[in-house]
Amino acid sequence: MPRDLMTSSVDSVISPSSEQEISDLVRQAPSQQQTFALTGGGTHQPIGRPFKAKTRMAIHDLTGITLYEPREMVLSAQAGTPLSAIETILAEHHQILPFEYVDYRSVLGTTGEATLGGLVATHISGPRRIRLGALRDHVIGVRFVNGRGEIIKSGGRVMKNVTGLDLVKLMCGAYGTLGVLTEVTLKLLPAPKAFISLALDGLDDAQAIVALSKALGSPFEVSAAAHLPAGVMYNQAVTVMRLENWPDAIAHRTTALSQLCSSFGKVRLIEGEASLNLWRAIGNVMPFAADQQQAVWRVSTAPSRAAHVVRTIAHSRPIRHFYDWGGGLIWIATAQDQDCGAGVIRAALEGQGHATLLRASSEQRSAIDVFEPLSQAHHQLVERLKLSFDPHRLFNPHIMYRTI
Amino acid sequence: MVEGLAEQHSSRYVELGSRHNPEDNKGDHVTDIAFPALNATTLSQRDAIIAGLAACVSADCLITSEDERRAFETDALTAYRRMPLAVVLPRSTEEVAKVLRFCHENGVRVVPRGAGTSLAGGAIPQEDAVVIGVSKLNKILDVNYPDRTIRVQAGVTNLSITEAVMSQGFFYAPDPSSQLACTIAGNIAMNSGGAHCLKYGVTTNNVLGLRMVLIDGTIIDVGGDYLDSSGLDLLGVIIGSEGQLGIVTEATLRILRSSEGARPVLFGFDSSEEAGEAVAAILSAGIIPVAIEFMDKEAIHICEAFAKAGYPLDVGAMLIVEVEGSEAEMESQLAMIVDIARQHHVRVIKESRSALEAALIWKGRKSAFGATGRVADYICMDGTVPTSQLSYVLKRTGEIVASYGLRVANVFHAGDGNMHPLILYNVNDPLEQAKAEAAGNDILKLCVEVGGCLTGEHGVGIEKRDLMPVQFSASDLRQQMRVRAVFDPQWLLNPAKVFPLQGRDAA
Repeated sequence: MPRDLMTSSVDSVISPSSEQEISDLVRQAPSQQQTFALTGGGTHQPIGRPFKAKTRMAIHDLTGITLYEPREMVLSAQAGTPLSAIETILAEHHQILPFEYVDYRSVLGTTGEATLGGLVATHISGPRRIRLGALRDHVIGVRFVNGRGEIIKSGGRVMKNVTGLDLVKLMCGAYGTLGVLTEVTLKLLPAPKAFISLALDGLDDAQAIVALSKALGSPFEVSAAAHLPAGVMYNQAVTVMRLENWPDAIAHRTTALSQLCSSFGKVRLIEGEASLNLWRAIGNVMPFAADQQQAVWRVSTAPSRAAHVVRTIAHSRPIRHFYDWGGGLIWIATAQDQDCGAGVIRAALEGQGHATLLRASSEQRSAIDVFEPLSQAHHQLVERLKLSFDPHRLFNPHIMYRTI
Repeated sequence: MVEGLAEQHSSRYVELGSRHNPEDNKGDHVTDIAFPALNATTLSQRDAIIAGLAACVSADCLITSEDERRAFETDALTAYRRMPLAVVLPRSTEEVAKVLRFCHENGVRVVPRGAGTSLAGGAIPQEDAVVIGVSKLNKILDVNYPDRTIRVQAGVTNLSITEAVMSQGFFYAPDPSSQLACTIAGNIAMNSGGAHCLKYGVTTNNVLGLRMVLIDGTIIDVGGDYLDSSGLDLLGVIIGSEGQLGIVTEATLRILRSSEGARPVLFGFDSSEEAGEAVAAILSAGIIPVAIEFMDKEAIHICEAFAKAGYPLDVGAMLIVEVEGSEAEMESQLAMIVDIARQHHVRVIKESRSALEAALIWKGRKSAFGATGRVADYICMDGTVPTSQLSYVLKRTGEIVASYGLRVANVFHAGDGNMHPLILYNVNDPLEQAKAEAAGNDILKLCVEVGGCLTGEHGVGIEKRDLMPVQFSASDLRQQMRVRAVFDPQWLLNPAKVFPLQGRDAA
């Protein structure tokens, strides 16, 4: 990976191969003034604020699927297990990760193998998130080592569990700031037996989002909904919706949904490989993979405000953009100038949403708030939460916030 | 601030009997769930505290008379009753903030309360605690159909959310049996589920944002009307925290479009084992019905006597399987499910042929707890087990309860392995109650033993608090308590709940 993209700079690298070894390393750390940059496969490495740590702790040797019960739709694996291994075994049993795994290697300009722990720590969900929920909705158990070196478990392997505080959710998207994930348990679903995509051509952003909202508000269980403005992937604007279901349901729903959307234009069907490739490209943010010089933002807001937010931003600076999650997820590529558009983008959200600077040079990510800045009350809570897990600030110091 | 109170609030504690109101019932029970020692300073300053509360809210929002407080001394775990110091029913987030700020400054314990339907004792107060109820926060604030969200005050009932959006074909997915009465505040506190969460998830999967008041009176907004959080998932840890991190006053929820049609079908089997096997077979065929509910013979008879739902009385166990979609989709899914049921020797298949019949089938199931309450007192366990263990756990549950000389009715969410054995006993017989509680504990230990958990949707409350070490190590619990202390360092919010009374200092 280019030096410029690295988030952490370290003096040495260790690759522990057991939870106990991690626990021992962490216990010794405070007395040795040790700090750790935690990594999985490094594929999401360029996300977050650059920081210094003494040692890179790579968990890629902590691998293996520890439990897979296809009949119960549950899988546990050690945190360093490559996603490719998980996807392979799931495919053999016709099951899926409900939140839809997406591959950010192209957009982030990284190589290597994404790991389960890295995915959970960075909390990334694909297009199916709009219907079936985010990664955090499907992680039902974790084990981790906290900053005291204690081995902690939360959640478990059963589908419904409200026993005690839900630390599982906190570990999802914590960017390794609370502890070293060692094992993750996921809830699965059967793979859809059939799928198809429906496309509308030539809509502007506002019309497209109205169409997507109509489709998502229909009883037809649209499993993905995106809008690609003209020039992003095709010459003309394309608005797409995906159905995933049993074959006979797909047949009925394709007709019904086409009818529902007929006021927005002629519905075009995209089937088979073409549909798979299209959603892969959207999920993997491929429209912004080619030009690595541009900064990339991931913006979350309510779909009904999304087109207005984009218009407001575009009024102040040139951007390229497209929408996933029915309009609620806006991807923006823009010039890497002084603030990469942070001020304009966050002002346009008016506090009702959040913007993450997913890709920019390490200088920019150092200078700009990568994650949505927190209110004072939130900041205090987040800092105290961090210290309740990691009192010596051993793990990924300052990766999310300058002062935490 | 009450003069001199804050400085003393941690100094003196007194012990009172724990079960029932100590004023009318002294120590006639064999087992007891302990409560924390009462704060003597709070008790001695009762008048000053009430005066302070009166300055926070209008007179009609403050309840102090013994008669009126009695309505708040328990929840649905009625075997335990404790009288609160006072009850406050604020009308706004700002009033909640005022009351919490006052309680915080004076070291007064607080017990948040929704509708008081907790089966785990989550809303049971104590003599030194102020109950803050959300019942007057009962407005639907805003519905947004294009974004499929609804913003409500936290005291609205679960069912009224669906009722507010039904005319447009939408619904709010989590549907606990108590949905007619229970509030969204309580649902958030307990991360409530329901029969349909097999397909649609539980509360935590359907909440986008919250307005919450922290113990010091700070009002925070967590999340909003958009997806996923930036930074730590505070929403995730707040939901299910049983009123120990703050008081939620508003929520933004996901609403979903109802399917074209829904149809529950009854399947009767000779034995629980066959029904359990059928559940596993349906799921492993790649079919996820909206709901798979299980009832054993005892539960069928109790519910049928109450609801006249047309349940078959000559079977050993019954499943209610609900499918959704267009007419043709339901037909084809049902054909597959019927096929699987036949392979597991199904004896009775009863399809609902009208909306009325469908409603009747669900009425029987949803009234299970109420119907059971008419024939006996009961405690309801709530452990979740891996679905492959259902048959074994059912068999062992029967054996455990029988070994205490009691009866059990099983009615539960089989699709996600969330058991609900109702252990029948006589509340006026202290020995029987002790046996029922002991049997319940044995069953929950069994659930953990086979890879499950103590509670799937009812919460820990006081009921399962002392079993927490069965599921969690000391380190696990310490980490949870440290997180709790981030929000409430003095343990003023719902302090009797969730964590064993011993070992709290270690966190």
